[in-house]
Amino acid sequence: MVHLSDVTKYYGKKRALGPVSFEIERGDTVGFLGLNGVGKTTLLKILACGLRPSSGTVTIDGLDILEEPHEVRKRVGYLPELPPVYGDMTVGDYLHFAGRIRGLAPEAVARRVPEVEEYARIIEVHDMPARNLSQGYRQRVGVAQAIIHDPDLLILDEPTHDLDPVQIMEMRGMIRALKDSHTILISSHILPEISQTCDRLLILNDGEIVASGTEAELGDTLLRSRGMVVTVRPAGTAGAGEDADAEADAQPAVDALDRVIRSVPGVTGVRLPDRPARAVAATGALTIRVDGEADVRAPVCRALVEAGHDVVGLTRAERELERVFVELVGGAEA
Amino acid sequence: MGATGIIFRREFGAYVRSPMGYIVAAVVLLLDGILFYALALGPRAGERLSGEVLMGFFYNASGLTAVAAVALSIRLIAEERAAGTQLLLNTSPVRDWEIVLGKFLSALAFLSAITVTTLYMPFLILVNGKIAFGHIVVGYLGLTLLGAAVLSIGLFATALTRHQLVAAASASVITGTLFLLWPLSQIVGPPLSRVFAALAIHGRHWAGFQQGLFHLRDVVYYVALTYFFLYAATKVMEAKRWE
Repeated sequence: MVHLSDVTKYYGKKRALGPVSFEIERGDTVGFLGLNGVGKTTLLKILACGLRPSSGTVTIDGLDILEEPHEVRKRVGYLPELPPVYGDMTVGDYLHFAGRIRGLAPEAVARRVPEVEEYARIIEVHDMPARNLSQGYRQRVGVAQAIIHDPDLLILDEPTHDLDPVQIMEMRGMIRALKDSHTILISSHILPEISQTCDRLLILNDGEIVASGTEAELGDTLLRSRGMVVTVRPAGTAGAGEDADAEADAQPAVDALDRVIRSVPGVTGVRLPDRPARAVAATGALTIRVDGEADVRAPVCRALVEAGHDVVGLTRAERELERVFVELVGGAEA
Repeated sequence: MGATGIIFRREFGAYVRSPMGYIVAAVVLLLDGILFYALALGPRAGERLSGEVLMGFFYNASGLTAVAAVALSIRLIAEERAAGTQLLLNTSPVRDWEIVLGKFLSALAFLSAITVTTLYMPFLILVNGKIAFGHIVVGYLGLTLLGAAVLSIGLFATALTRHQLVAAASASVITGTLFLLWPLSQIVGPPLSRVFAALAIHGRHWAGFQQGLFHLRDVVYYVALTYFFLYAATKVMEAKRWE
């Protein structure tokens, strides 16, 4: 569906992008992840036929964007970071204009406008001038104009830009619903947005793609570790209280627990909370972060149970993608 | 309706919905009315022939039309660039000349609507005088052609920048220079005087329309000037579309 080969973009002598090469299959939802200013918007603008690459070739659906730009534009829906909404028009008139300018016949536009308004949940603002819309509605209208002509490829540049948490969740829901019928490219520097909506990630840094793959692949291959958080009720403890004696009594159980986990092959690190014995004394349980070279959830649980401890909770470690991201873009230690 | 028509409708609607369109119309009509009053009913008005009053009206209206054309045209592309809506057009399957032509025609239609509303003034001359209807028709044709030429200059200027003030300054300098060529042609000697007179937007080519005399060469001049600046605006759009 999308093919880029050695694409670069220079502004004067400054390199903003590339060289980048990748392919995206039809139906994929791909996230471009990177800090601000690493070339995400430049890349998406090139794909939307809004920016000429300095070198390299870009084809969409087999069409070269420089040789047949109008044919490509018919197949692409684009939501820039700031939705291109005319403030003087009502939402309905604007969507009608967007559909017509993208080549839809009047009858098709008349049919599509109510459909996309229902989909984007903007029916109630159909007659409202766009200048009076809240940021959340503007983003939704932006998505509506991008899909008005039912494009094969949908490009969303920072779709949750400036949205509040509720609006972000609604936007994610919209994007998930679009995944069934479109190939989608999303850029963001917000990790949960990417990890929760995309099948594959391309991480950009300094204009180049430094990693690609699923979240799990990136975690496996780049950090070479898998994290888990396990909550254990150590054998022989029952939450006796928070006094000093109870804490001292719980300390041997904590030490035993630590030894059991560290003895499991593949475990590379065990992180206990501050004053673990106090936590065991107070609650009877302990939540521990375990890192491993591979997925060590099963052997760790087995070892704990065989040692007489009760495993009462188990989750994959949170913020795994953040660690990948920070490591790849050369930030602070993960 | 092609892309030109779709853009024409949007842009004409923008004039109707925005205060800017009404402000320009109000100022032009007010000044036209005051100047016409001074000309037709002011001191020494009785000494003027009806034809002279009509010529004076067209003379005043030509200047106001040029100013209105600059004011109406400067927002056409600069505003889109500043607001980011240009991206919608740039990523749509629309050709640059269709964008330029649609915007030009919308501005010309709005300017023509303003011009047409001044029609009552020439007809007021009929109350106490006589004028040829052909004079009115030719005069208004001239106003339309002059307005079209200045609109095309404004469109070229607005295609160059995202700042409306810069566009206004550029359009004013180009239009002002073309106006000044006529008085300059009276000062310098040949062959420059002939070149300046041939290029001047408001001298030899305008005089015929003001007097009710139709010359094809004058029509060709304004059409050529309009085409030149619309073509230049299209080329600027093409160059900037992929930036």
